[in-house]
This record gives sequence, C-alpha cells and structure tokens, in this order.
Amino acid sequence: MIKAILIFNNHGKPRLIRFYQYFAEDMQQQIIRETFHLVSKRDDNVCNFLEGGSLIGGSDYKLIYRHYATLYFVFCVDSSESELGILDLIQKMYEKVCLSLQVFVETLDKCFENVCELDLIFHMDKVHYILQEVVMGGMVLETNMNEIVAQVELQNRMEKSEGGLSAAPARAVSAVKNMNLPEIPRNINIGDINIKVPSLSPF
Amino acid sequence: MSDVVEKTLTALPSLLSLDSQSGAGKLSSTSKLGGLIRSITELTSKHEEEKLINRELAAIKEQVSSPNTSMRQMKEIMVRAIYCEMLGYEASFSYIHAIKLAQQGSAIEKRVGYLAVSLFLNESHDLLLLLVNTVLKDLQSTNLIEVCMALTVVSQLFPKDMIPAILPLVEEKLTNPKEIIRRKAVLALHKFYLIAPNQVQHIHSKFRKALCDKDPGVMTASLHIYLQLIKENPDSYKDLTGSFVAILRQVVGGKLPVDFNYHNVPAPWLQIQLLRILSLLGKDDQSTSELMYEVLDESLRRAEMNHNITYAILYECVKAIYTIYPKSELLEKAAKCIGNFVVSPKINLKYLGLKALTYVVQQDASLALQHQMTIIECLDHSDSIIKRETLEVLFRITNVKNVAVIVEKMLDFLKLCNDDYTIIDLVGKVAELAEKYSPNNEWFIQTMNVVFSLGGELMHPDIPNNFLRLLAQGFGSEEEEQQQLRVFAVDSYLTLLESDTAHLPQRFLQVISWALGEFSYLKDGLEPCKVTKLLAKLLDERNVTSESRSWILSAMAKLSAGPGAAALALQVSERYSSSLDTVLRQQALELLHLSQDPELHARVLPHGAAWDSFEVDSSLSFLDSFVSEALSQGAAPYKAPHQRQEELRQEKALSLEPYSISLPVSLSSCSITDRQSPTLLSMSSSLSGNSNELKAGSSTLKLEGVKRVWGKEGYLHQQDAVEEAAQVEEAATPALPLSPQQGGAESQQTHGDLTVVEQEKQKLASSLFVGLGSQNSTFLMGKSDSTSQQFRRKTRAADSTSSGVSERSSSSSHSSCSDFLHNNLLEDSQNSLNTQKIGVSNGTHEGPVTQSFQTANGIPEEDGEELGNPLPVIVDSDVASIGTETSKETSPFLDAGMVLVQPCSPQTELRDFVQPGSSGITQTSLRSQFPPELSQLPHSDISLLSSDHSLSLSACRAYRDDALLFVIILSNCSQSSTNGLSVQLDCKQLKVASLRGNALENLPAHSMSVCWYALLMEEPHTQVTVAGSVSYRAVPGHTQTLQFTDKLFLTDFIRPLTLSTEEYGKLWLSFSQDVRQNLKLIQGEGDPLRATLSALKEQLQLHIVDIIGSEGIVACRLLPDSPCLLHCRIHGGSLAVWLRSPLLSLPDCLLYYCQKTLEEC
Repeated sequence: MIKAILIFNNHGKPRLIRFYQYFAEDMQQQIIRETFHLVSKRDDNVCNFLEGGSLIGGSDYKLIYRHYATLYFVFCVDSSESELGILDLIQKMYEKVCLSLQVFVETLDKCFENVCELDLIFHMDKVHYILQEVVMGGMVLETNMNEIVAQVELQNRMEKSEGGLSAAPARAVSAVKNMNLPEIPRNINIGDINIKVPSLSPF
Repeated sequence: MSDVVEKTLTALPSLLSLDSQSGAGKLSSTSKLGGLIRSITELTSKHEEEKLINRELAAIKEQVSSPNTSMRQMKEIMVRAIYCEMLGYEASFSYIHAIKLAQQGSAIEKRVGYLAVSLFLNESHDLLLLLVNTVLKDLQSTNLIEVCMALTVVSQLFPKDMIPAILPLVEEKLTNPKEIIRRKAVLALHKFYLIAPNQVQHIHSKFRKALCDKDPGVMTASLHIYLQLIKENPDSYKDLTGSFVAILRQVVGGKLPVDFNYHNVPAPWLQIQLLRILSLLGKDDQSTSELMYEVLDESLRRAEMNHNITYAILYECVKAIYTIYPKSELLEKAAKCIGNFVVSPKINLKYLGLKALTYVVQQDASLALQHQMTIIECLDHSDSIIKRETLEVLFRITNVKNVAVIVEKMLDFLKLCNDDYTIIDLVGKVAELAEKYSPNNEWFIQTMNVVFSLGGELMHPDIPNNFLRLLAQGFGSEEEEQQQLRVFAVDSYLTLLESDTAHLPQRFLQVISWALGEFSYLKDGLEPCKVTKLLAKLLDERNVTSESRSWILSAMAKLSAGPGAAALALQVSERYSSSLDTVLRQQALELLHLSQDPELHARVLPHGAAWDSFEVDSSLSFLDSFVSEALSQGAAPYKAPHQRQEELRQEKALSLEPYSISLPVSLSSCSITDRQSPTLLSMSSSLSGNSNELKAGSSTLKLEGVKRVWGKEGYLHQQDAVEEAAQVEEAATPALPLSPQQGGAESQQTHGDLTVVEQEKQKLASSLFVGLGSQNSTFLMGKSDSTSQQFRRKTRAADSTSSGVSERSSSSSHSSCSDFLHNNLLEDSQNSLNTQKIGVSNGTHEGPVTQSFQTANGIPEEDGEELGNPLPVIVDSDVASIGTETSKETSPFLDAGMVLVQPCSPQTELRDFVQPGSSGITQTSLRSQFPPELSQLPHSDISLLSSDHSLSLSACRAYRDDALLFVIILSNCSQSSTNGLSVQLDCKQLKVASLRGNALENLPAHSMSVCWYALLMEEPHTQVTVAGSVSYRAVPGHTQTLQFTDKLFLTDFIRPLTLSTEEYGKLWLSFSQDVRQNLKLIQGEGDPLRATLSALKEQLQLHIVDIIGSEGIVACRLLPDSPCLLHCRIHGGSLAVWLRSPLLSLPDCLLYYCQKTLEEC
C-alpha cells in the first residue's frame, strides 16, 4: 500500500502532499522534513529506493523517489508494493501531470521535461484529481491513459465555460456534448474467462 | 450517450447561469492564490513566512464566515486553505466550510469541497458525520460526475459506523451501466472491507461478479479486494486460481485494449498484482502451483523487452516462482533472471537483484556463489543502500566458517553509518550472528563489546538482556567453557573501565556493571575492592544516568563483602543516601546494610547460585499480617489497577448522561434502554459517535501505559515468529540440487595476471563464501538446525525470552538481582500458561496414557472434579455407563427449553460420510456410541473428519450450557487392533477447559471409542479452525499419525443469557460503546418483530428478554461468560439493532450471523 505521496522542491518546500494513512498535522510535517533530508542528500547516480527512516512504519517502509529538475516526487510505500512498479508509476504520473498542466496553462510548446513548479501549485487541485485516478486510497489503479486525459480535458472545458464569457451556457453545453466521456474501453472481451459463480462459502 | 449524461447536460445551463458574476471574480481569485504563492517564494526566512501565512489565514477566516461569500469564491478560498495546510499551518476553521461546499456547491465547486474534505479530515474526525448526508444525496444523483465524486470520497474516507447507511446504494452501483461507476463502487467496497470486514461479508458473491466484469478496469479494481482476501485466507480462494491464471494469460497475450498499454507493455500493474495473487495461492500447494507454471513461464518469456516496467514484472515473476511449489525448469530461468539483475549496470536493477538474492539465497545458495564477485563489488559500492542490501545477503548466508569476516564487514559499515534505523537493524543482526555462530568465546565477547558501544541507546533492549541471560544461565556447553566466557567478559570490562569511560553508552555500562557484580569473583587474584573502585569512579561521572547508577549500585552491593570494598561502599552509600532519587536512596541504604553485615550478605547474595534455585513467595504471604493490621485500622482494601479503571469508566459513562437527555423517545414504552439508542438516525449516530470517541480516549490512555511495557516485546515476538516460519518453510522446501558452482573462486584464479586489488577481492571472496560450496550445501540448508548453533540457550531461557526481559528494562527501580528473581517468576507463570495446549503422550509410550494437561489460571472451574487430576475416562462400546453424575448436572439446562437447530446441511454431511473405510457405519450407529451424558445434550450431526486404512475419525459438536463439547469418535475399521492411541487437539484461539474420555490405549478391531473436549471462546471470532492429530500403532513399533481439522463457528459458542428486564437495563448502562446495524425484517403473518426475533432466537440461541410495542430486547452470552445485549427497534422497513458488549468485536461477529440467518429465512 502507498502510505503517502510527497512532492517537494529542491529546498524541501512541499508542493503537493497526500497521505493515505492518518498522521497528525505536525507528524506530517516531520515526515516531510525527514523525507526531504533523506532524499536530498543522495546523488543522482544512486538507486531510487531508500529504506530506513523510522517515521512512517519502521522496517516495513520504503521511499521510492524520482527527481525532476526542481521537484522531488516521493512515494512512501510498504513492502507490499513493487519497487520498480512504483518507480514507473511516478514516471507515468509525472507524464500525465505534465500533459494536463500543459492543457491547463495552454502552452503546448512548453518543454515537456520541465514542469514549472509554480504551475503545479497553481493547479494543485487538478493535480490532486489526477492523483485520485492513479492512486486511490493507497492502491495503485491500472487505468488507461486516455481515460484520465479525457477527464482532464473535460474538467478543463467545464472550467473554461464556467470562466464565464457571457454566452457561457450554450457553449458549455456544446463543449460537454463533444467531450470525451470516460467510457473508452468498450467492447472489451475478457472473453473466455469462464468464472463460475458458485454458491459462495461464507468466508 | 446515456440518458444520465443527457440529464446532466440539460441541467448544466441553469447551473452555470446561476454563477453570473464570473469573469472578474475568477481573475482576482487566481491572482490571490498566485499572489500568495509568489510572495511566499520571495520570502527568505521561516519567520516571515509564518507571519504572512497567519495574515492570510486571518483573511480567509474572515471571508469564509461572511455571508456574502459566494460558493465560487469559497471554492477558491478552499484551494488557498489547502495550500496553507500543506505548508503545515492549521486551518481547522475551514473544515466545516469544505463540507458545506461539498454539500451546496455546483459540480465543480463540489469537487473542490470533496477534495478539501478528503485532505483535511481523517476517518475518526467528528465533522465527517456531516458529510454522510451529502454523500447519500450525491449517490442518488442522476449526474454521473456527482456520483463519481461521491464514490471517490467514500473510497478515501468514510466513518465506519455509517457504512450501513450507504452500503445498499453503493452495492446498487455495481450494476451501473457505466464502467467508471462500477469501478469506483468496487473500490468503495474495498475500503469498507478494510475498515469493517464484517459489514460486507454478505456481498462476496458480488465481488465475484466484479471479477468477471466485462470491463478490465472494474476487474482490476476487484483484484484489490481479492488480494486482501487471499492474503488473509488463501485456502478459501483456491478455486479461483484458474480464473486468475486465465486473466493473466490474456493480459500477457495482449488481449486488453491498447489503452491499457504502458510503453508497449500491456497493463503492467495489473500483471504485477496478478502475480502477487498467484504466488499467495500457490504457496506450499503443489496442485495449485501446477496450474500456474505455464503462465509464469510465458510471463517470463514475454517480459524480455528492455524497459523498466518489464523488469518490474520479471522481478515479480521471479518472486512468484520461488514462492510457489518449486519446478526446476522455472527455477532455472528465474535464477538466470536474478543473475541479469545483479550484474546489471543499472543501479536500480542491481538493488532489486540483491533483494531477490536475499529472498532466494536460503533455498539456493549456489546463486550467491555464482555472483560472489559482484557481491564483493557491491560491498564497496558508493551507494550505502546497495551496501546494506549486500550485507543483508551476506547475513543470510552466514555460517560458522565465514561469520568472522561477515560480522567484520557489518561492523565496518556500522561505524560509518549514521542512520538510526539502520543502526538498530544491523546491530540486532550482528548480535544474532554472534550468538549463533561464534567461533570462540573471546571473539564473542569482543564482538558484543563493539555491538554495545556502536548500538548505544538505540539498540533493542533485548540484545543486552539476552546477552546477560547467556552469561548467567549458560548455553548448554560445559561448565568450564562457560566460566571461561565469564572470565573473558570480566577481563575485557576491566580493561574498558580502566580507560576512558565517557564515551560508553548507558546500556553498555549497565551490562558491564552487572557482569562485574556477578562474576568478578571468578577471576583469581582480583580484589573486589579494585572493581568497586572502578565502579565508584563510574558513579561520579556526570553523564551517567540514574538508571545506570542504580545498576552500578546493585553491582557494588554484590561486591561489598570484601574488606576493602566495605569501606568504599560506606562512603558511596553515605553520599547517595541523601539522593533526591528515591530508587538510588533505597539502594544506597541497602548497600550500607549489606556491606556491614557479611552474614546477611552471604545469605541474600550468594556467589554463583543457580538461577532457578531462588524461591520466591509470589503471593507475598509474609505481608499478610501487615495488611490485616492496616485493614483493621481502617485502610481501604487494595484494588487492582483494572478494577480502578473499571470504576473510573463507569463514572465516565454516567457523566455522559446529560448529553442524551434532549432525545424525544419512547422512554416510557421502554424504560430500561439507554436513551441514546432508539432515535432518529442522524442524531443517534452522532451521539454514539461521541460516546465512541470518549471511550476511545479513555481506553487509549490506558493502553499507552500498557504498551510501553509490552509493545516492543510483542513486536519482537512477532518477528521471531516470522523467522521461525521462514525457517520452517526453508526446511519444508526440498533441497534444490546445487549446481557444481563451488569452484567459482578457483576458476577465477586461473587468470594468471590478476592485479593486486583483484587478488584481494579473491581472498575476500574465498573467506566470505567459505562453507557455501556444494560439499557444504547440506550444512547450509540446515543452518537453522540447532546443531550448528554455537550458543544454545537452555530451553527454558529460550521459550520465555519474551516475558521478563522488557519488564527489566522498564523497571529500573529493582536491583538487577531482584530483577532476575522477578524474571524467573514471570517465566514460570509464562510456562504454566504455555502448557495450556494439551499434551497427550506419544505413541511409543507404553502403559496407561498420561495426560500432561494443565489448566491455565482463571478458567472457571466448572468441571471441578476433572481439573487438576484428569482421570482418563474410557468410554468404549462395552463400557458406556460412566459419568452419570455429569448428565444430572446438565439436565436442568435441557429443561430450560433450549432447542438447537444447527444450520448444517445433512446431504453434504452424509456424502462426506460415506467413504471407503467407514462404509457401513451409519450416523445412528455412531450416535449409539455416545455415553449417556453426551447423548442427552443437543448436538450437531456427526461428520467424518479424516480416515486412513485402519482408523476413521468422526466428530460432532455437543452444546453444553457451560461449554462447547467437541466430540471425537475414533473407530477402528481394520481387522487388527491398534495400540498406543493418543489424541491431541490444538486451537490457539479457543480455550480448552477440560478433556474427558480419552482414547483407549488399545482399540480392538471394529470397535469405537469416544473422547471429547470442552471448549470456550474467550475472544470472539466468526469462525476458528481446530486442528489435531491422532497417533497410533497398527504395526508394533511403527507409529502413525492421522491429522484432522474442523471448523467451529461463533454460534457454537453462543448461549442464551437469561435475565430480567431490570437486570438487562443495569447491564446495558454498564457498557458504554454500542454498534448499530440495520437488519432485514421477516415479513410474515403476525408481528414482524416477533417473527424476526424468534427466528434469531432459534438459530442463534438468543434469549428474548422482553418485547414492548415496536421494540425488543434480547440477550446472549459468549462462552464462558461474556454478555452481549441487543436492543431492537423497528425503524422504517427494517430492524434497527444496537448491540453492546464488553468485548468490542463480539457485536460485529454476532451481527454477521444475524445477517446471515435473516438472509436465509
């Protein structure tokens, strides 16, 4: 299970924090500080996994992180998560965040590799929504990429139409009508999984 | 497009037009957040930031409370509040507004509201209850987005008590045509399962449907639930193995839509999850494992592209292959994979490779040999994480021959390490290795010295405790060697004390002083005076804590007998007898007395006395006269802490009363019930939430005190268990043929022109991997074997390391000597507790079967005549008339009119029953075997447990008022008689109160015998598995055992609790926490309440105390004597039930059976 997702910058300033397990406010800040301390002193050419640190869960707890330009993306996970899997999830999430931020800030020519820190905070809520689709309640969800991008676009349109040029209502309707609703995986046939649904034993 | 979306669209214009003052508002708001962020980035000091944020928060506070703030502005304000919270500033005033926003805002504002709620609140936050209605409303909404949002928030956090309110709505969403809704509903149910498993037990079939969902997203989501379920109970889901394999095969084969691809890999995270599930299912199960060999092979083959994520899948595959029942072909491939990982230049892969090595090296040591050079290189890697992982591998391959080198490497690492967690971990490992494989005494003492000085205060308190125990009790080796070890220790400590002592950690000082106090007399020519002087010097040092001082003082007390020492002792005791620390003062006085009275000293602190020779009067009877005198003078009688706590809690429960007065309910119609329960849904829920809160508060306080003493211990105990399990597993896995790889080092040596560095590495390698070659492989495999263990503690010490040790570390007030006494005391009680499990003599034993059965303290002695001196009562087909007095005992209970209807289907029982070996024996013939005392009891059908060619075992459950009798019927179906029969039953979750009737020593051909256990359930479980075995000899000298298991349910242990309405009322008020649930009402003729309650009564053995109008009160107890009270009331079309019990988990378990019963009706 993922216990927390922390995004902070090179100076340890939190940019996006999401805990999936309850910690008191000051404990959260302490975790952020300790994590930053652990992560920031590591070179770029060492491995992206870190064990130790005693704050979140002792021996069962691991930090998996990536460093992009000015931002650290850190996932705190327990031993039941696949290390490389999470590492790629960070990449995937990062790509997605970049993509959607580009949509938000409408600067498509922006270098893909360089999500501006400020963009991330300006659209903090939107990044949270993306996160909700990728990781829910600490569980990694296998979702298809397009669905999430579609959702982001939908949001974007709603936002813009709400942004309220006076002709808003009509335009919003048309925008939403054209939107790419998240029901892309049609006609999938898991096919011959012939799972019998036997009368369940009670446990 | 579906009609849902259409409706959304039509609703949208009006929604948007409401917020008409749009443009300007938005701009300014964006700039507000932007302004805030910019100004923060410009700041230079933490102090300035604090000032700014506080100003900001004040502004936000003003805005949110202003009535003119629109929802849209509120949305923007929330984002700012989230930002401030993220920076660590509390904005709790905004929580309620976040909920309001979620309640009242339009779709987009709602979304922010929900997000803020999920970030601000936690599961137990009071305000969360206010969200329930909003969620309810949104779940019923026709707007797709709103439903999604509601489900999202539910799967993130939801109050446990309120799950029943929304459960039906969430369940209904499982059949929604939109996949996203189905998916989120499944995730919400997963959340429910995590926080309240009993509440969703009845919808397991729906999980299966979700697994078969045509949409992969929904199926994926359901895998989360299955992973959890299978983790808890793999046996119940073996039948799904085929399905999981089929899914994985299709995923690997690329049958999923390309949308699920990530870097051309189909649904990698899904694959990882499936592999996890499969490895759980296939563990130790050959037939299940066979189903998955093929697909694992295919996964390995497919995952050969070079992207990170394929490595992740490979790694998971390898782990699965090593976890399930082994297949050599796959193992070979997996080993190759690990090899690729380890030698990979990519550092992340190297890390994983080492991880995998650690995982498999115990099964297949040759792998470590293959990669020994890489391992050596990794030891000097610049990344400390890699180094640590390498040490972990080395730790697993340690044996007697290489222990010195490996420990040296570990200590080298430790010296450079400054991470607390790593230090604790490694120090523990070094200590373990040293204890297990130490080559000689000197090395052991020196290593432990380094461990103590490096580990300092951080290390686990068990390490010094175990070490001292080793010194004190010895380890089974010869006395002489033991003395030698002690002298070594004394020597090295004296040297240490003579040098600078300022840097020594306190724990080490304590160890030193204790060892010197105990054993310095062993060293010839050592004056106690000299040791005392050194210790006195320590006492004066400033950084020595008072805990260490007390250890030192008690060491001095032991040494004070000598002539010179006495004078010094006098000096010291004078100084500390005026100490502010009472413990020190007491010890100083003790020291004074002991040093002046050699006779007393010799009696109290004899040299070298055996540890178990002390006798302790644990009842403190010598204080009786003192107590009675005090009592006669009017002192209050002593109350145990838990009693005091109980009283306190009762007072608290009383003080809750005023809060519930305002409730307008049928107090008149039902005077006895607590006022909290029967009322409007939302009010009662918030109230019971409150009472929970308060209760939780008080109980956590209490728990904290308890934990400090036992917490760490428990943790360690678990670890031990895990390790043991691992070792068992290791032993269980057949030894894999080791490839002839031991020559790794030698083959390398053929290269003539090795550089010096390389040569050094070679040397290191040969010393590290010595003992790992194939000729030694058996040795390695059996390294958990006790023979290779250098220091073997005496059994008693080993099986009770848990009890006394932490006690000692926490109670600094005792002198170490009395601590040991204390420990022994604890140990003994621990041991007597441990012997609860019934030992029945093994089959080789001749003569009458002796039962080593012992009752644990505190079992109600209802079976008085059997406890203590368990007579083997023999019940045979000929001798069946014993025990009539017991039947007398139980008959009144039968008269009370308890009718038992056990929910078990006779067909299956019968089908199971007709088996080879037992054919011809019918239920009635078995029943006729029952002695009268059993046959009069209500009992379940007899079912076959297990059988082999000569013996068949059947069992049934008989329901006595004070216990559940688990009756085992042994029948000999062979032509010859069996000898040396003995039965053994084991179930950790149950309390075995007594055993009656034992198997005959000899069972003639075609005869039967019966024995039974009385079982009690002290901790509620919905079901427990009892396991046991019967051993016998069919052929002389050859003992066979027959294993059996059976399941017992909570309902087996439920009995009616007969009490009057007044008693019920009193009892109800004495419990403060209640659980609420809605149950189905049985609609039939007559009163639905009566019908429902009597159905419950019949199925679950409840006692209906009273029914007044639309309310009823019901009581039952869980054996032996834990009451559970139910208060039922018709509410809408369902039956609202409040349950109270002193056992917190009992209501949940009972509710499950209530639900089940009513579903079946």
